[in-house]
Amino acid sequence: MTDAAQNPTGQTVTGVSSRTQRLQARLRGRYARETRFKWYGRAAIGFALIFLVILLGSIIMQGRTAFYAHSVTLPVYMDPARIDRGYPQGANFEQMVAEQQVRRLGIQDDAQGSKAAAMKALFSSELKFQAAGMIARQPGLVGQTVPVSAPLSDNADLYLKGEISQATPEDQRRISNEQMAWLDRMKASGAVRAHFNSALFTKGDSTQPELAGLLGAVVGSALMLLVTALIAIPVGVGAAVWLEEYSPRNRLTAIIEVNINNLAAVPSIVYGLLGLALFINFLHLPRASPLVGGLVLALMALPTVIIATRSSLKAVPPSIREAALAMGASRTQTVFGHVLPLAMPGVMTGSIIAMAHALGETAPLLLIGMISFVPGVPHAIDEPVGALPSLIYIWENASERAFHERTAAAILVLLAFMIVMNAAAILLRRRFERRW
Amino acid sequence: MKFNIFRAPEGQGGGSAVREPAPLTTAPVVGAHASAPLGPIKIAARDVSVFYGDKQALFDVSLDIPDKTVTALIGPSGCGKSTFLRTMNRMNDTIPGCRVTGRIEMDGGDINDRKIDPVLLRAQVGMVFQKPNPFPKTIYENVAYGPKIHGLATSKGELDDIVQKALKRAGLWEEVADRLHSPGTGLSGGQQQRLVIARAIAVEPEVILMDEPCSALDPIATAKIEELIDELRERYCIVIVTHSMAQAARVSQRTAFFHMGKLVETGDTEEIFTNPRERRTLDYITGRFG
Repeated sequence: MTDAAQNPTGQTVTGVSSRTQRLQARLRGRYARETRFKWYGRAAIGFALIFLVILLGSIIMQGRTAFYAHSVTLPVYMDPARIDRGYPQGANFEQMVAEQQVRRLGIQDDAQGSKAAAMKALFSSELKFQAAGMIARQPGLVGQTVPVSAPLSDNADLYLKGEISQATPEDQRRISNEQMAWLDRMKASGAVRAHFNSALFTKGDSTQPELAGLLGAVVGSALMLLVTALIAIPVGVGAAVWLEEYSPRNRLTAIIEVNINNLAAVPSIVYGLLGLALFINFLHLPRASPLVGGLVLALMALPTVIIATRSSLKAVPPSIREAALAMGASRTQTVFGHVLPLAMPGVMTGSIIAMAHALGETAPLLLIGMISFVPGVPHAIDEPVGALPSLIYIWENASERAFHERTAAAILVLLAFMIVMNAAAILLRRRFERRW
Repeated sequence: MKFNIFRAPEGQGGGSAVREPAPLTTAPVVGAHASAPLGPIKIAARDVSVFYGDKQALFDVSLDIPDKTVTALIGPSGCGKSTFLRTMNRMNDTIPGCRVTGRIEMDGGDINDRKIDPVLLRAQVGMVFQKPNPFPKTIYENVAYGPKIHGLATSKGELDDIVQKALKRAGLWEEVADRLHSPGTGLSGGQQQRLVIARAIAVEPEVILMDEPCSALDPIATAKIEELIDELRERYCIVIVTHSMAQAARVSQRTAFFHMGKLVETGDTEEIFTNPRERRTLDYITGRFG
């Protein structure tokens, strides 16, 4: 034993000592544990990645078809017998176009006009607004043949995307064999073509899937986040600075601290109830407006901002505080001139994480009325809006099948929104860190 | 007035009469050697005790600190020398639960007076810390910070002059003149410490407190700082806390030995190191403990 202790290589006159053997065995065990742990880590990462891929994969697979759509462009004879020049929007353009198209395809209609009705069902109601708008702008077009284009109806679009197939029994689908044949012919003739679904990004919500877009919800979410950021960040940072740098250490501040930590764990739906009771029922702020939504989300984001700011203030080395104080800087000069700038990257990361969290929050929005159908695009913070997460909720519950692919598309847009925010956070952080 | 023994405030007589510290009428300084004065008394501490919460860290310290002199505070770790140093610019105010009793007079005025703003006091009493702590800003901004917040410069040109003068006095000008606008944190440890000294002297303080300024530095950087301290002595009252007995012997003219929160002995450095009165001092300086 003593030999081995005296000789670091463990080689004694009699060979490898028992002490060395024990040490080596133990060392093997230690390496084995390290290797095992590495593999646990890899397995955990792999597991997380698999779920991420499954999640993103399924959303992308479901949502990718929402990014293109089919439109029809037809030469339309603006029949003077059916259009009142003084009141073009009263004319039944869809019927007129459908009848003309039935004739053009050489189909013999029956007495009830059922073929024309079936044809009409292939076009979006947008057709009527397009044609009426053209006549309203140029009344001289009546009596002429002009090309009119409009989206296909949602079911026709789904068929051309392969979402509805002939394999399904005819009585179980919303589009008949006959209509399918017509669509194929129109597609072959070039009257129907696929294009980027710009309506998804330029329009507000609609009851008709082919006309529904995300712009209203994106603008609503952006306005709401603006309100949230303008309230939660200054208030949260201010509260954190006071708690960390100014407050006396006593029972009251200890209670405040504990409660801020507790607030971070309060379920978000409770904030929705609070918002409903306080902002809508008591203060009578406009229901479903970005103002109320932003206020509620700001309440929710506050604890996160405060906690993140406090921990980054704590992380600023005390030597900087001492340096500034010893130079005769006042407490406020020390905090705002030295400590807070150094804590800024952490403050911003925390704030943006809180904002990203607020962006995806749905439950409180449902309680303050953001579950309602809001067509169009909002312009002010006091008018009713939709928000991306609540729109996703509404669309997912819609009965039209075409909304399902759009739900997935809306989720992708929400994710993109978050990625943009996080990228902005990283960029800002880099910028601030580089200054030092 | 209990302590009428210190230098009268500026403009109220003084002259050669204050060159010599007056004899103490009350509370004689513990273990003081009778020796030739080095300058008028700048700071006089009487019965200073410091408490951190319930724990007493400093017990009734009375010490005279002469002007234009380097006074070294020595003693083993935890003996209260840094605590005492920090009472002189009221840095202990920033520690929650810290309480200072007794009286500390600077030029005859009580620095713990309610009317004295610690912010103004710290413009007169500069401090240099153990670890170099330049602000994460440029060299220029570091030195200009004090003059800026105290409004000492009226123009950019004046500020430039102050910065240059301070850097020259700190012996750093030659090394950084061509990179005033690069970050101060990019300098070496020794340079950073001289930058911090330049920052402190830019506001023209009267006293400079140094809390183990060389303990994080290599011997060459230490030698430079010590040389600098010796030069600064001509203008300022310097109090330095040090762990190194050799350093205390090299740079200081007066030494105070602290032990267990009490001031054991104070006197001329030469006396303390060659002929200490107290057994504990002898044991410490000969390396028997500490």
